[in-house]
This record gives sequence, C-alpha cells and structure tokens, in this order.
Amino acid sequence: MANDKLIINRRTALKTGLAGAAALATPTFFIRNAWADDFCNMPKGKEVTFGFNIPQSGAYADEGMDELKAYQLAVKHLNGEGDGGMLKTMKPLALKGNGVLGKKVAYVSGDTQTKADQARATAKRMIEKDGAIMITGGSSSAEAVAVQSLCQDVGVIFMAGLTHSNDTTGKDKRAYGFRHFFNAYMSGVALGPVLAEAYGKDRVAYHLTADYTWGWTQEESMKDATEKQGWKTVKAVRTPLGAADFSQYITPVLNSGADVLILNHYGKDMINSLTQAVQFGLRDKMANGKKFEIVVPLFSELMAQGAGDAIKGIYGTANWDWKLEDAATSAFTKSFGAAYGTPPSQAAQTCYVQALLYADACERAGSFNPTAVIKALEGFEFDGMGNGKTLYRAADHQCFKDVLVVQGKDKPKDKFDLLEVRKIVPASQVTYDPSIFGGELGSKDAKKCG
Amino acid sequence: MDAIILQILNGLDKGGAYALIALGLTLAFGTLGVVNFAHGALFMLGAFCAVVFNKLLTLEIVRVDPTKTTPWGSPLEVKTPYVQAMLGDWGKVFIDYSVPVSIVMAIPVMLLIGIVIERGLIRFFYKRPHADQILVTFGLAIVLQEIVKHFFGANPIAQSAPQIFSGSLQMTEAIVYPYWRIIYLAFSLAVIAAVFAFLQLTTFGMVVRAGMQDRETVGLLGINIERRFTIVFGLAAVVAGVAGVMYTPIVPPDYHMGMDFLVLSFVVVVVGGMGSLPGAVLAGFLLGILQSFASMNEVKALVPGIDQIIIYLVAVVILLVRPRGLLGRKGVMES
Repeated sequence: MANDKLIINRRTALKTGLAGAAALATPTFFIRNAWADDFCNMPKGKEVTFGFNIPQSGAYADEGMDELKAYQLAVKHLNGEGDGGMLKTMKPLALKGNGVLGKKVAYVSGDTQTKADQARATAKRMIEKDGAIMITGGSSSAEAVAVQSLCQDVGVIFMAGLTHSNDTTGKDKRAYGFRHFFNAYMSGVALGPVLAEAYGKDRVAYHLTADYTWGWTQEESMKDATEKQGWKTVKAVRTPLGAADFSQYITPVLNSGADVLILNHYGKDMINSLTQAVQFGLRDKMANGKKFEIVVPLFSELMAQGAGDAIKGIYGTANWDWKLEDAATSAFTKSFGAAYGTPPSQAAQTCYVQALLYADACERAGSFNPTAVIKALEGFEFDGMGNGKTLYRAADHQCFKDVLVVQGKDKPKDKFDLLEVRKIVPASQVTYDPSIFGGELGSKDAKKCG
Repeated sequence: MDAIILQILNGLDKGGAYALIALGLTLAFGTLGVVNFAHGALFMLGAFCAVVFNKLLTLEIVRVDPTKTTPWGSPLEVKTPYVQAMLGDWGKVFIDYSVPVSIVMAIPVMLLIGIVIERGLIRFFYKRPHADQILVTFGLAIVLQEIVKHFFGANPIAQSAPQIFSGSLQMTEAIVYPYWRIIYLAFSLAVIAAVFAFLQLTTFGMVVRAGMQDRETVGLLGINIERRFTIVFGLAAVVAGVAGVMYTPIVPPDYHMGMDFLVLSFVVVVVGGMGSLPGAVLAGFLLGILQSFASMNEVKALVPGIDQIIIYLVAVVILLVRPRGLLGRKGVMES
C-alpha cells in the first residue's frame, strides 16, 4: 500500500504539466520589477547598505570625521530614530522614517586617506565585499572624480561629498554621479561683485594656485569673475601641493605691482599660505595707493580654526553655514549639536543632505534600481535643506542653490563662530550653461556590478 | 635686487630648519650608525611640545551661564584660562610667550623621548642591516604620527608668535621680512653653534668625536661609549625638538609635518656627506637657498617646474661629481 502513494497517474501528470506551462507563459509584466531589479547590489534582505567613503586620515581627516558624524545622523533619522533633523523640514518628502522602501538603513565606511587611488580602492571594496547600494563622501575633487568614474563603470550611484572643482560635474561628469556642493565657477561669480564693491574696481591681482585639477579651475573662475569687474591679473603662479613653507612664493608678491593676493589653496595649503602671507605683512602693506588685500575663494570652518587670527576679515565663499536662520538649518544644527557637542561644518551638511536626497529618490522611484533613482534625482526641485530652493539639474547632475559670501569674523565669540555670512547670492545668479564645461554623462542603464 | 635679497633670506630661513634636522640625523648616524627615519617625527613631537604647553597654559575654568544657551539649546559655558585667572595680566603675557617658553619643557621631554627610543628600540638594531633600521624607524615614525593624530586630530593647530614679534621688519621700502623668521634664523645658528661647541670644547664631546672615528679603540680605553652615544641620540632628539618648537608660528603643526621634512633632510645629509656635521649644515643652507631661487618667477619662466625638482637635481649632480657628498668622510657607509 505504501508504494501506491508514489504512483502518479496520467491525469495528474497532465494537470501539473499544463499548470507549469501556463505559469511560464505568463507575461513577465504581471510580476512587478521581476527582471528590472536585477542590478548591482540589489538589496535582498531587510536591510539596505550605504557606503560612506571618507578621509579618516590624511590632510582632510577632520573634515572626513565630521562627514561621518553627519552620515551616522542621517542613518538614524532615516530609520526613524532621533529627532528627525531635516526630515521635518524637507519638501517635498517621500520618506516615511521607516528606512528606505521599508528596509532599514545600515552602513559601512572606508578610509580614503585623502588619496584618489585609495578612495577608489575603498569604494570598490564596499561595493564588492559589503554590497553597498550607493557610495557617498569624499573631501577632495581628485577623490570625487576617481570614485565617480568607478561607480559609473560598476553601476552604483555616487553622491559626492565635499568637492568644488568644476570638473566633477563638468568635463568629468557621469550619469551615476551627483553633486550637491557648489563649485569653483559659482564661487567666482558670487565673489566677484562683492570684492569689487569692497575693494574697488581698479585692482591688480596675483594668484597663488594649488597645482592640480581643483586649483586650476578655481584660478580660471576667479580670473574670469574679477576681470569682468575691471580687475587685472598680474601673475598666476602654481605651487606644489603640500608645500609647508610658501615664503619663496609669497616674497615675489611684495614687489609685483599687485594689490590683491588670491590664494587658490585649500586645506593645509591654505592654512599655511594664508598664515605666512599675513606674517609677511601683506595685510598691513599699501600698494598702488591702496590697502593690500588677501582673498581665499573657498574655505571651511575647520580651516578657519587652523588659520587662527589670519582668517579675520578675509573674504571667501561657502556652501552653507550653521548660523543661517532658516528652519532646516536650525533643525540640523540642533540635531548635530545635541549628538556631538559642536555645530556641523559645511562638509557635514552637504553629506547629510546627499544621504537624505538619495534615500528620498529611492522612495519616490519605488525602487533601488539606479536607472529609476537617476531619473528621480534628475530635475528634482526641493526646499527645506538649509540652502533655499534647490534644483538637481538633469544636464550635469549639479545642484543649483544660493551661494554664501563669507568673511572671517573680527571678534569671534568662540572657535565655532569664525565666519560671518556677508551676502547670500541667489541661485539664479550662479546658474550657468552646462555646455561650457563639456563632458558627457554616459549610460544610465543598470548594470550587474561591472 | 630686492627680490634676490628676499630669496636669500627665505633660503637661509628654510636652510636653518633643514640644517637643524639634518644635524640631528647626522649625529645619530655618525655615532650610532643608525639611519633614523623617525627623525622627522621627533621634529613633529617637538612642535607638539609647544602645542601641549600652550594647551596646559590655556586650561580653562568652565562656568555654566544658565541665562544664555548655545544654538542647539544646552546652557552656554563661559571659559577663562586658569593661568589668567591666577596671575591676571601676567598670565596673559605668559600665554603670549608660550612658544619660546615651551622650549624649557621641550628640552627634557625630547631628551627623555630620545633616550627611551634608543634604549627601548633602536639599540636592538645596531648590528642589523641598514634596510632593517630604515624599516623599524619608519614604522616608529608612523606609530608616533598616529598617536599624535589620535590626541590632536589631523588639522593643523595654529600657534602664534609673541605679539611683539608678530609683525615684520621693514628693512628697506621693498624688503619686508617677518620678525619671527629672523628670530628662527638666529635661533638655528645659535643651536648649531652650541652643538659644535659642545662637541669641540667639552671632554664629553671629545670622547664622542673619538667614538665616531673609532668606536672600538675608545671602548678598549675603558670608556663606556654606548652610554655616551645614547645621550648623543637624546641630544639629536632635542635639536630636532627645539627646531620643531620654534617652527610652529611659521607653519601650524600637524601630525604629518615631520614627513614633509624627512625626505628633504635625508637629501641634505647625503649632499652634505654622510656622517659630516659641517657638511649637513652647509648643505642645509645651500639647498634652502637654491630652493628659494628656483621658485622665482624669472627662473620658473625659463625652466617651468624647476622649483619642485631643484633639490633632487642638485643632489644628483653633487653625487655624480663628489660621490661622498660635499664634506663626506671616507669609509662611511661604504663597507
């Protein structure tokens, strides 16, 4: 009798065969996203992993650590923990505070050591070993350009952190890369008129420029912007990256006929060159019958701390400042301050916003599929993230928003109160034609991890 | 002409720092025969002695002011340095002079660090090949850097020269030079002179010099040359350390500053001649001046990028013409 149970008669075989054939013949569009979701690192469990690729050592380590804190806060807020930060102010908002598409957000982090090749290696590791669905971070343009190109090749979205070179969303732009931070061109356009107003239109400028991609684009943008205001450029000198002592580059400025020194330096270079320029008495000097001035087109609060008194009165630009008075800035500063005891830097803000924007785009797209997420981010207009109304332009994946002109404060209350916002330049004034920087976005198709 | 004078001053100043670091390196190499790649880290530790001293002086009494709040809602803390609270205006002066005064702290600290490094690590590598010594001292430099980074972060920490020296000296209408850089040059010359005087005029120095020439014979005379060499290593650490202390108002120190100088200092030692103290000093100033001249716009217009390679170019030429360096002794590193 026991053997009877195993006997399959002709009728059962026919029924099973027909049912199987019908199932196979069913058009795939009845099964939602069955094939469409076959892309690099498609999340399969209850969690989705973000990859935070930040400098935890090297010249920009302090900025990197601030970025990591911001990311950790973003993960908390996305998962519905803490006070919600900018999730309370972001408009429009698809996120529900229960992770992303119902999956809890987890993260892995890598140390880029402030080096482009290392940044690429850690991003690759996070994609291949840790299954990161998205890579974000970085504190230099060299890193951003390298990681962005890797992400394009393997089909993983890259949300750039602090990168200011025109090339990131210019000649090196990629379909998989998105930048919230502003760029050198915008700094120039925002700063030019303010400088002309403060120092006059009859000025002669001398540039000292860090000899790499960011420095070159910064120099070009500042030259354009100041010459449009009637300034002349007497000389532009390239300095090696990481030169501790800039005295041999500063002394020729003294008798060059210039009355403004523009320092296209960032990080440690900027701290050293600015400190030394001040020591050489440039700020007490008279040239061409005017008071000699120094300009640093881009600087951060952390760099201002390093430069000490030398930063007082210096004009520059910033992406964001924690002292802005809108509701989103207050909400983020409050969350960050309560968690870490310090106000957030502009690097922290851009990274926090990028993490939220990516998550929100997934939620709106209803999928982690990068092609759908790219589509959701392109042309997305939002507000309530601390920078006013912002557009993620589809043509080059660059955000357009207000740019701040800042000045080193003369009498800071404490070490977090070093910059003063002098002017908010509206987004419309810093918007440019995407074709001026060239480059191609490339393919937006989803891939199976390169 | 003014531009040339300014570049000579720059070169002398830079050369002062190179010479001080190279002097310490040569001392360690000449006495112990050790190629010390951690020497740059000792320069950095010296600079951080100034940072620590400044931090100690500016330790603050924190009072909470319940009537005011921070932007994120916690009560505002009002901070006053202890020294200022105790000594009033004198406290302020003390804080203002923290960089030069910190030399008093840096000398014993660096001497101790030098002796501990020599006794605790380097002595085990005397008889090992130079490659092993380079590896272990390079490893030590990385460890020291990471320790400093752990406690002080990666960002440079600005240190100010005393207010009175913070301006610049107007020599002629076109020649302006910062007071502190002039002081640094004078300081480096004084330290170099002191080290030479110590080695030339004291019995201790005489024994050390004899040991540098022929260690075995000095040992046979019943002199404990090892102990003296340990002290010389400590002295080398002190020279690097004080050079670092005084350099802080010129370049804000960070954990990596030693590495920036290390490679250059080795080039200085090789150009000067391995084991030759006058050679190290001569090469330090020579390369400092050449580097400054190569950065002049007129020179860069003729040979673009020369400022970034001049030191290595000169090193290649000198080693081709004089393989032992400018003042190198026969037999050093030639076995």
